Amino acid sequence: MTATDLKSYRPPVIELSEEGDELLEVAMGPHHPSTHGVFRMDVALDGERVVRLKPVFGYLHRNHEKIAETTSYLASMPYTDRLDYFCSLTNNWAYAIAVEKLAGMEVPERAQYIRVITAELTRIQNHASAIGFLLQEMGASGTPLMYAFREREKILDLFEALTGSRMMCNYMRFGGCRVELPKGWLEQVSKIVDGLPEFIDETEALLTGNEILMARTQGVGILKPDLAVNAGVTGPMLRATGVNYDIRKVDHYGIYDRFKFRVPLGDHGDIYDRYMIRILEMRESIEILKQAIKDIPAGPIMDPKSKIRGFRPKAGEAYGRIEAPKGELGFYLISDGSPNPYRYRVRPPSLINLTVLEDMCLGRNVADVVLIFGSVDIVLGEVDR
Amino acid sequence: MLGEGILQGLAETAKNFAGSFVSKERLTTVQYPEERIAPIENTRDFPILIYDGNDPMAGLRCVACQICEKECPPKCIYIVKSTDKKPDFVGKMQIYPTRFDIDISVCMSCQICVEVCPFEAIKMDTEFELSTTDRFGGLLYDREQLSKSNEHYHKIHPTEAAEVDARLAEEKAKAETKAKAAAEAAAAKAAAAAAAPPTPAAAPVAKVAPAKEPGA
Amino acid sequence: MSLSSQFDQIFVLLQHWIEGFFPQSLQPAVGAVVAVVAIVATFPAIFAVTTVLERKGLGRIQNRLGPNRVGPLGILQPVADGIKSLTKEDIVPRSADAVVHFLAPVVLVVAIFLGYAVLPVGRNMVLMNMDAGLLFFFAIGASTELSIFMAGWSSRNKYSLLGALRAVAQMISYEVPLLLSSVVAVMITGSLSTVKIVEAQSGFTGIFPHWYVFTPWGFAGFVLFVIAALAETNRSPFDLPEGESELVAGYFTEYSGFKFALFFLGEYLGMFSIAGFAITLFLGGWGAPFSFLGFVPSWAWFFFKLLAAIVFFIWLRGTLPRLRQDQLMNFAWKFMLPMTLLNILVAGAWRFLGEGWSRWVICSLVLLCAYVLLGRILMRHQRLGPRSYRYAE
Repeated sequence: MTATDLKSYRPPVIELSEEGDELLEVAMGPHHPSTHGVFRMDVALDGERVVRLKPVFGYLHRNHEKIAETTSYLASMPYTDRLDYFCSLTNNWAYAIAVEKLAGMEVPERAQYIRVITAELTRIQNHASAIGFLLQEMGASGTPLMYAFREREKILDLFEALTGSRMMCNYMRFGGCRVELPKGWLEQVSKIVDGLPEFIDETEALLTGNEILMARTQGVGILKPDLAVNAGVTGPMLRATGVNYDIRKVDHYGIYDRFKFRVPLGDHGDIYDRYMIRILEMRESIEILKQAIKDIPAGPIMDPKSKIRGFRPKAGEAYGRIEAPKGELGFYLISDGSPNPYRYRVRPPSLINLTVLEDMCLGRNVADVVLIFGSVDIVLGEVDR
Repeated sequence: MLGEGILQGLAETAKNFAGSFVSKERLTTVQYPEERIAPIENTRDFPILIYDGNDPMAGLRCVACQICEKECPPKCIYIVKSTDKKPDFVGKMQIYPTRFDIDISVCMSCQICVEVCPFEAIKMDTEFELSTTDRFGGLLYDREQLSKSNEHYHKIHPTEAAEVDARLAEEKAKAETKAKAAAEAAAAKAAAAAAAPPTPAAAPVAKVAPAKEPGA
Repeated sequence: MSLSSQFDQIFVLLQHWIEGFFPQSLQPAVGAVVAVVAIVATFPAIFAVTTVLERKGLGRIQNRLGPNRVGPLGILQPVADGIKSLTKEDIVPRSADAVVHFLAPVVLVVAIFLGYAVLPVGRNMVLMNMDAGLLFFFAIGASTELSIFMAGWSSRNKYSLLGALRAVAQMISYEVPLLLSSVVAVMITGSLSTVKIVEAQSGFTGIFPHWYVFTPWGFAGFVLFVIAALAETNRSPFDLPEGESELVAGYFTEYSGFKFALFFLGEYLGMFSIAGFAITLFLGGWGAPFSFLGFVPSWAWFFFKLLAAIVFFIWLRGTLPRLRQDQLMNFAWKFMLPMTLLNILVAGAWRFLGEGWSRWVICSLVLLCAYVLLGRILMRHQRLGPRSYRYAE
């Protein structure tokens, strides 16, 4: 699809089964078991087939960007935890990168390694629970979700030992990390990382070959690569369509070019591909973690130039982005030299990945809508901000 | 063959079912009120004010500088400065908070107040069983409820507290030497000015025993 | 009468003993009432046990403990649930058709209880030994659809309506394979009477029983019957009518309090009765699994088997995701129906091939080939299968 094609692009119009047939308008959400929080889909159904779907969000709008413009740079850090509350550490990192670019700070080696370790742990627990939720929506009675949460608990315990909080970590700072690793933390991490492949194998044994899962997911919710690129979809959703785009490889932010890892790509762009890409990405994350734990150097964890009180970056603008588990998470900041950012903007992967929801759902069943929605892997805290 | 994956899945759940009876790994549930997991040292919940000595109000390290109030992201701290002064742990005369309220229902446990505090006065507690039937007053903690002893701090965050104590002791020693130097200089100056008998040191040397809390 | 056979007949003797207090003319009526009371008391009790068993079983499958707070090990949980549902406010939507809304759960439970009339739960323990018992059961079973549709339609809720329509479509579709898969047992037995079907399976070869499930056509019939039964009772993986993640709670979205509990009860009673019929048709009913275990009372065997069936249903629920409506229909008409029809042919062949090992080989091969082929065609037709993935460095 070229740019001119895109201008004339309209979502497919679904033919009704009989002329003059009445449509059943169902408001799925905001109180619905599988809308991941407060999200509404105004669905027009012809029988059970979706003819029109209008996503309605904003129920969880918390004014994040405006609040950030009225407080100091540091005070926005804990708010970033609450964007995508599954992956607070990657949110922290993206914001820290943006501010570091703005203020021209260097991050010490050890802090970089700590950031990679925490980010990859975050990715694993996010993907595990995303798969669990997807299967929960498929009606698997919570079994895969509970297995995912069993592993996630272990990772969250690590986060608590390091940062003091299980989910709202608020750990990274401009120019490094807040506290040094506790004693024995890395050994604990490597112990848990060694146990993770077993968990992934278990999930795969339970699900990957399951005929019902295949029937439900293969060929459902297909996203075409050109539409995905044009809509700005990123993350596992984009890679499931076969587009090789991983910001860890593209941007070389942090120290990702030091690690050997591969980027799994799907060919169909359907739910099954998104599920499998997440499984394969978890396996790659385990490889990265093993390398990072082996190589982590000793040294300081904070840039000596950084200061906590009275932080005023010079006037300018910066865009920092990372490959968050859900896609490209970016923070755009404009500084006018005051302690508060002049403009603060979040580019949330969840919201932008959600824009293609209608295109994927049209003509499908209600049951498929729920699955497709689940496979996008969103967190409403990030969609509504 | 159709059904193979389903049988594999059934085998997997059967394995987990049996495993939950024998393996601790597979049954991780902690029966909360009866059982508790070992406290994790870095855990943070809500802020507390640290005091030295025995009298919570007199020994408060807080000097009501209001940095935490300004930096607090959800703005849950409310401080009223005192009009009079009392000596702090190095003996310097400082103002103190006559009111220090934290609305726990607003606080988001981010620890920013701890980081920005230059006086090591505010720290994070690990107490999490804070439920109350009073939504408004019950969750608004005042100075008395917030103040916890340094021993308590040592108990919940031993490593961090030891570091803080070392840093404070260093500061105190520095202040003492400075005070001594100032006193000596003053004495020398006085001696040089007139051969009068030397006056006692102007600045108090150590922490003065707190008399009584004014305005408490 | 020996002690073990007395123990076997303990409930029958009890019934006769109670009847003895009444005049001769009233005795049949009293006997029937006693039997009805027994059924109405026993199966809801099993339902109570099953709810806690299911929650604990699912919990263990999911590496949790399950309910363990009410009473020792949580076994009093159903009591607490019962009190809760009884004391809850009964909400009827303003625009709902109140009468139909009220009648729906009652109709469901009554219809399902009627099915127990022809279920032999032990030797001489059947409420009505009807000649057309099986037919009666299927006829009664079909009327549960009515109550589900009543619930969905009268609630005036879009989710309820979708759930009810799904339920009706699903139950009507799966009634065909359910019926056809049980035909094989009728063909071989030569009777529609449930008691006769059980008696036909009561012999032993060596120590092994003559259950129909140990024959090729019986095994295929049993598997097909169980799949259709799962769909008929709306159990996972065919729980679309109440698909929690899609339709909130399906046809009983607008039910609360005791009416909700009645739906729950009806669903589980339906599950027990259909499992009971699977046992009757293919697993030898109240017969012992080995000849040397004949001393255990017949009713105990029936309830053991019922328990095993319930455990299997719970196990399936803990493992499998849900199908989609069109796939469910596809499966019913394109897989279940051909297989059941073929199975009828195979059962006929078995009858006329005569004794010997040749009929075992032929029947098994025919069924196996058909299964593999049909499965392949279904999967290939929808382009389903495992995939391989490429990596970018």
